[in-house]
Amino acid sequence: MKELVVISGKGGTGKTSLVAAFAALARKVVLCDADVDAADLHLVVRPELLERHPFAAGHEAVIDSDKCTQCGLCLDWCRFGAINEHFRVEPLLCEGCGVCAHLCPAGAVDFPEKTCGEWFVSRTPYGPMVHARLGIAEENSGKLVSLVRTEARRLAEEEGVERLLTDGPPGVGCPVIASIGNADAVLVVSEPTQSGRHDMERVLELTRHFKVPAAVCINKADLHRAQADRIAEAAVSSGARFVGHIPFDPLVTRAQVDGRSLVDYGETQVMREIERIWEAVCGFAFDGP
Amino acid sequence: MIIAIASGKGGTGKTTIACNLAAGLEKPVTLLDCDVEQPNAHLFLQPRWTGSELFHLDVPEIDAERCSLCGACQELCQFNAIAILPEIAMTFPELCHSCRGCALVCQEEAIGWSKRLVGEVRWGCRGMVSLVEGRLRVGEAMAPPLIEQVRKHQGLEGELTLIDAPPGTSCPVVASLWGADFALLVTEPTPFGLNDLELAVGAVRKLGLPMGLVINRCDIGDRRVHRFAEQQGIPILLEMPFDKKTAEAYARGSLLVEVLPQWKEAMVQLYEKILETLRSWKAAC
Repeated sequence: MKELVVISGKGGTGKTSLVAAFAALARKVVLCDADVDAADLHLVVRPELLERHPFAAGHEAVIDSDKCTQCGLCLDWCRFGAINEHFRVEPLLCEGCGVCAHLCPAGAVDFPEKTCGEWFVSRTPYGPMVHARLGIAEENSGKLVSLVRTEARRLAEEEGVERLLTDGPPGVGCPVIASIGNADAVLVVSEPTQSGRHDMERVLELTRHFKVPAAVCINKADLHRAQADRIAEAAVSSGARFVGHIPFDPLVTRAQVDGRSLVDYGETQVMREIERIWEAVCGFAFDGP
Repeated sequence: MIIAIASGKGGTGKTTIACNLAAGLEKPVTLLDCDVEQPNAHLFLQPRWTGSELFHLDVPEIDAERCSLCGACQELCQFNAIAILPEIAMTFPELCHSCRGCALVCQEEAIGWSKRLVGEVRWGCRGMVSLVEGRLRVGEAMAPPLIEQVRKHQGLEGELTLIDAPPGTSCPVVASLWGADFALLVTEPTPFGLNDLELAVGAVRKLGLPMGLVINRCDIGDRRVHRFAEQQGIPILLEMPFDKKTAEAYARGSLLVEVLPQWKEAMVQLYEKILETLRSWKAAC
């Protein structure tokens, strides 16, 4: 079993639309939405929910005001400014380090485990999908990313599916690091803009750091051909494989509005280019189409 | 006053709005680029850099001579950054959140500190805009402490500070929005835009901030974002249609207020509407 993770560095370049199109081309595949912070893949692959699980991770400090003597030690200890002058813990700022709970001389700080979100297993027309929803303004997105990827891997192995296709998050921080660790290959979806290039270069630095083979494609490439050429060049000189351009087509937004994959719209130029990229990516990530 | 520009979904135009608002107002503005994983504001503002600092977090270093291998630090550490083996104490600096709990529980005073490089903060200016940028070291996972460091550079009381926040709704977004006076949410009228806007609105509500909406490329997709805004009572402060000239200027890295007059006008009006929304929010409180 092999896993391809689709990332982008910059947000909004078209990762999720491309993953949905790939899913339809892949025939037998397990899907994983690792963009747990703002998951969108479920909006275009018509999932039927099979399982729903709470995601418990980390702890949160809660001060019992009856036991608290207001000695102020926790205020000094807390490096995250999470305890206010009324000796209440601000949940949005609490890092869950447990210093106050472990050391409070009055034993006034509880430290319950917290539920930071949910994860799901669904059935889609293309294969099973593991996805998640991080609670709003929650932490531990990296842990949730690792969890959905582990579950997707397990599912693929159980069902004897050789290919795992993961929709990754934007950026280069914690959730992205959790998305690409031990992946067999990544595909970076860029766009022909200054930001697209800057962010691609940073994310390729990350894939090199973690020694994950990377391919690059450029979405909406015809919006600025010269910029697209520079990006393709930069990708290759960063050690990535360049696998193709996708033209700008309002049909991509149309498909999203209709909640469908691009393949459902028959033979189109944008889909032909995506098919070509899919074949190149299969050779790169999955040992052939 | 601090206005944070956020979105949930990436690529909706946060940085475009932040940079052009900053440059279009013709008054002193501090712009904090808190999208430290992918800081892009400098590509459009092209500032003259005037200074920088490296940002480190303190991580524990265990003095083997003093350590009694009692295991108290390992038990306290919630992030698995310390492992006490039969003959040696090991630390994993990249997992450490710098809570300093290990040093507080150590009876032998065996814990000292070394540093982990998290990233860099640099600052510069272009005209009346001061830009402060956080740049996470590639390979570093933890963005929030660096964002907090960037936030320390905000403008003086009475001056305008804009914050370009990262996409998403988790801890880096909270670190960027905490303590702001207003959240300006930038979205696009598509199902992905709507889904992620709903999450972003949830985050802003948790923080208790007044907010307004910018709908970028307002003529693509459908009307569901507009309906959602109406249902939720979130004012739409600006709508920008998809425009090929805008897309090209953006692709080149131009400041739109300098090349397209309609953007200059739009930014001035947007700022007035933000002030108006804030006034009526304060009156309602």
